[in-house]
Amino acid sequence: MRLEYFQLIDRVIELNLADRTIRTETTIPTTSTVFEGHFPGNPLMPGVLLLETMAQTSGWLLIAMNDYKRAAFLAAVKDAKFRTFVRPGERLTIEAKLAHDGSGYAITEAKIFRDGKKISDATLTMSVLDFPNAEMEMKMREHAVRVGLSLEARADG
Amino acid sequence: MSSTFDTIANIIAETCDIPRDSITPDSHAINDLGIDSLDFLDIAFAIDKAFGIKLPLEQWTQEVNDGKATTDQYFVLKNLSARIDELVAAKGA
Repeated sequence: MRLEYFQLIDRVIELNLADRTIRTETTIPTTSTVFEGHFPGNPLMPGVLLLETMAQTSGWLLIAMNDYKRAAFLAAVKDAKFRTFVRPGERLTIEAKLAHDGSGYAITEAKIFRDGKKISDATLTMSVLDFPNAEMEMKMREHAVRVGLSLEARADG
Repeated sequence: MSSTFDTIANIIAETCDIPRDSITPDSHAINDLGIDSLDFLDIAFAIDKAFGIKLPLEQWTQEVNDGKATTDQYFVLKNLSARIDELVAAKGA
């Protein structure tokens, strides 16, 4: 997790386009200026960043489902729950499942696990749009490779 | 069984907290009811689920932007109801 770049996902563990699911993992850094403020003497991973972690996982699912030709942007959040404190250095697994594939939008159900126990979940609405420019498309494709996604054409068409 | 219009009027009333009796077949979702694009995604999701279809919002938006259609054709509720009926019929064909 690179908080300073807002890149919250380390690696895609599993992508299943047939089931329309994805599983990612990330490790929260042990030090960050974020934890100096949130909170002094009691460093906690902010809930909004856990939410963003679920949104980025959902985003990779949707980008992959769209053959890396479209981008996904967080548009709405429902029923977000942060069930326990999350601290620096902890390792998280994130799952997202496509709940609805709309026209220009998608709904995902996302969950975060720590040591196999669900610690956060939310229902996310993502806008699915063409990349606004070639630079973003290229950079996102490069980053997709870095997190372990394959850009090869989908086998299931 | 309720009509297509009644179903979408109920969805709009519940999703956007708009009094049901203020929603008529001649209401324009955007101009009269003040529904913005994000709220309309919630409505589209509920309509997609209720009717088992996929409202082609991107195609409609493109047609409006290209001047090939007016928003009235898709967002006046009696017209939206007709479009939904067409999509449901096409699905069953």
